[in-house]
Formats: sequence, structure tokens, C-alpha cells
Amino acid sequence: MNVIALLTQGLEIIVAVAAAPLFLGWINQCRAWLQNRSAPSVLQPYRTIQKLFNKDAVIAANSSALFRVAPYIVFGAMTLAAAIIPSMGTRLPFTAAADAIALVGLLATARVFMALAAMDSGTAFGTLGARREMMVGFLAEPALLMVIFVASLISATTSLPAISEHLTTEAIGLYPSLAFTAVAFTMVLLAENGRIPIDNPATHLELTMIHEAMLLEYSARHLALMEWAAALKLFNYACIGFALFLPWGIAAGAAAPNALLLAIPVLAVKLVLAGSGLALIETVSAKLRVFRAPEFLATAFLFAVLGLLVHLLLGA
Amino acid sequence: MAPLSWDLQLLNVCAALLLLLAFAMLSQRRIVTLVDLLALQGAVLCVATALVAWRTGKSHLYLSALLTLGLKVLFLPWLLRRLIRRLDVYWDTEPMANIGGTMLLGLLIVIFAFGLAQPISALANTSTKSTIGIAVAVTLLAFLTMITRKKAMSQIVGFLSMENGLFFAAMSATYGMPMVVELGVALDVLVAMLVLGVFFFQIRERFESLDLHHFESLKEEK
Repeated sequence: MNVIALLTQGLEIIVAVAAAPLFLGWINQCRAWLQNRSAPSVLQPYRTIQKLFNKDAVIAANSSALFRVAPYIVFGAMTLAAAIIPSMGTRLPFTAAADAIALVGLLATARVFMALAAMDSGTAFGTLGARREMMVGFLAEPALLMVIFVASLISATTSLPAISEHLTTEAIGLYPSLAFTAVAFTMVLLAENGRIPIDNPATHLELTMIHEAMLLEYSARHLALMEWAAALKLFNYACIGFALFLPWGIAAGAAAPNALLLAIPVLAVKLVLAGSGLALIETVSAKLRVFRAPEFLATAFLFAVLGLLVHLLLGA
Repeated sequence: MAPLSWDLQLLNVCAALLLLLAFAMLSQRRIVTLVDLLALQGAVLCVATALVAWRTGKSHLYLSALLTLGLKVLFLPWLLRRLIRRLDVYWDTEPMANIGGTMLLGLLIVIFAFGLAQPISALANTSTKSTIGIAVAVTLLAFLTMITRKKAMSQIVGFLSMENGLFFAAMSATYGMPMVVELGVALDVLVAMLVLGVFFFQIRERFESLDLHHFESLKEEK
């Protein structure tokens, strides 16, 4: 473990935490452009978070300590997840401790605490949101694991940095299996982050909401942390996608500092493109009924398993 | 893993697309879209055939690629669309209870088909032998499509898709059937389509619907 590796690690965490609201702001900007309305500034998520931090917190009288610690746990889990996803360099000291499967577990921990906290105050909406979130989660998780398994099979390791390193060094070929899993991953990303076919991030107080319903009881700094964690989750998912399907441009191996400096603008370009793509998907698709969500996620699972089978059969 | 030549890679992509389209047909509710998917499947099959022909230099495969293009991409979908218009079932959808379950069943079938094709692939000496499993899977999935549908129109689409699968299987196992057989099969499919087209009108006149479960109550009537 040397200084550069530690530097890379620190930089990744800082960039992820700092840029996550900006990424969210960029997606909102693109959506507004596509829907022909004037958008709030891309810095709006920062302003919201700052505003919330300056308010006094109100906590439901009958809620337990779990309700108060959950935002910190969720935010911590997301930050830790950001630490083990190779978004800029592959020599990350933290990744020796956790591979891609542990990453899925980390994301699941955050989800469980969020759902528990939503049920904690005992309001109908919170329970409803928590149940729906768990329904989406238990369907999306196998699909995500399958996606990771395909990439792991191709590069014969479950460590995310090693996967991206393998894919950057491999001669570029057509991988039908990776194409299938990329589609599956996009669907999982949409479902897990409460984006449009499953949940509408732009509405507040709607009967079909999932993510917002879980946060209804939160206010002030707790809400700020939850919102920030949600933005960070989206950022993390985007970075997992880059690591698996678009690893080109990250500083592979024992990289020199200049490769790392190059990796930052490359990541920015990828995020800009991914954000506009996400906004496009969200604009052209309609929100599904909650009862159709299992169908959507079954399709994602199907795509991932097809990728796996095609890889096993064709070796590509 | 050893890098494959680009044409074989492209062939693998075609095979994967065929499998994907088979699943898309399995889960599609709207009948018109089902016909579009069938045409698309025919187009992918045509590209795959042409690729194999280019790779092996067998001229009769070019002919069968042309036959596929003419019959399965252009003529049969056109005929089906015309039938749909004239039967006035353009907006018809199939009431399907459990798409997720059907797709999971489809996955099991794919695994079964891959296992089934393994000994055949081991014996085949063509360079396309790894796609035999996909061809068998496409055939069985089309069969499943036929089983799960009630409307006559979608059963026909399933039948034609099954023929596509068989054709692809023959191509990947032995570089295609002899020309005479292929022409015969093509003619069979064509005649079957024409006869069934007439048949549909009869069915609808008798039952005022194209739903085949009316057939089951035939004995109890009168």
C-alpha cells in the first residue's frame, strides 16, 4: 500500500460524496430540457441539502432511536460503497476487504435500515413505502447479482477493480452476454433508485410513491442525509455500470498520478452522458403500475440470466 | 479466452438476438407487435444465414437467405398484417395471467435445451456448432409461446417462429438442409399459412371470436 493508492482512495470517496448531488442536478436539468420547461440550476440539490441542514429537526414522539440513527447508517453505507467501486483508479486499498458481492450486501444493508426506519414511526405511508421498497429490492437484487456474476465469469474474479482492469486490457470484442447484462443493469438501476418506470422521483405526496413515502417522517438534517444518500446511491450505481461495461479511461494498475488526473475528466464525461441517457429513458417511458413492477424486474432478471447462459454456451 | 474471428462473433450476436426475440415474443401481449417481432426474427435469421454462407462459401445458403428474406421477412408478415386488418383484430391483446412465471419457465427451458444440445454440439463438426443450443432453445420457446396462447393468430406466429428455430438449428448443425427439403418446407409453411388464413374466417364466423378455447365446448352444444 503506497501513498498514491491511498490518495486514489481518498479522492474517490471525496469526489463521489461531493459530486453526487451535482449528478442528480444534471439529470434534473436534462429532464427539464427534454420536457421543454425551464430547469432549476444544476446546483439546486446542494441548496436543498444546505437548507435542510440549517433547520431544526422534528422527530415523531413515538419513534425509537433507530429512526434517528438510520440516516447516518444509510449515508455511511453509501459512502463505504463509493469507496469500493473503482470509479477512477483500480488500486484501491479498501477493495481488498470487499468484493462485488459484499457491495450488493452493503447496498442491501442501507435498504433494510431505511425500510425499518420508515416502519418505525408507525405511519401508514411509511409502512406502505417500506413494503414496496422491499418488494422492489428482493426482485432487483438477484438481477444485480446475476449481472455481477456474468462480468465475474468473463474475468474470473468477483473483485470489481480486477473486473474493470481485465476488461480494459482485453482486446475489444463483441460480447453479446455483456450487452444483455448491460440492459439488465440499466433496468435494475432505474428500479433501485426510484426512477421513472418504477417510481417517480419528481412527485411528492402521491399514492404510488415508494422512496418519498419512506422519507415522509424525516425532516432537517436527517432528511438532508437521506436525500444525499439517495443521490450518492444513484452515483454509485452509475459508477458500478462504468466499472462493468465502460471501464475505459480509468487508471488501471499501479497508475501514475497523471493517469489519475486524466481519469477525472473521463469520469465527468461518462457521468454527463449517462445522466442525459437516464433523463432520456425517463422522459420517453411512462410510470408502471406498482403491480407491473415485478414484471419489469423479472425481465431484468431474465436479461441477466440470458447473458449468463449465452456466455456459458458461446464463451463470449 | 481465444479471440474469435469477427464473422463468428457477429454470428454469436445474431444467435443471442434470436434467443432474445423468442423471449420478447413469449412476453408480448399485443398481436400486431408479435407479427413485427416475427419479421425481425426472420431478418436476424436472414443475416445469420448470409454470414454462414459467406463463411463457408456454400452458394445454396445464399439462396436460402434470399428465401428467408422473401418469405419470412416480407411476405408472411405482410400476409399476417393483412389478415389482422381484415379480421379487425388490430387492437387485440392476449389476456395473459402470469408473464413473469412464463418467462421463468422459459429460462428453465433454455437451460434444458442447452443441456440437450450439448452432445449434438460435441458431435457436429461445423464452426457454428456452439449455436445449436440456442437454436433448440428458440424452437422450444416458440413451442411454449404456442402453448400459452389462446388466440389463433398468436398461435400461428408461434408456429412460424418455431419453423425459424428449426431452420437455424439445421444451419448450425449441418450448414443447412438440402435445397430440395428447404424448398419443400418453405412451400409447406406458405400453404399452411394460406389455408389457415381461410380457416380463421371460418372460425370467426362460427364462434364470433378467434379464441381457441371455444373449441373445447364444441361437443356440449346443441
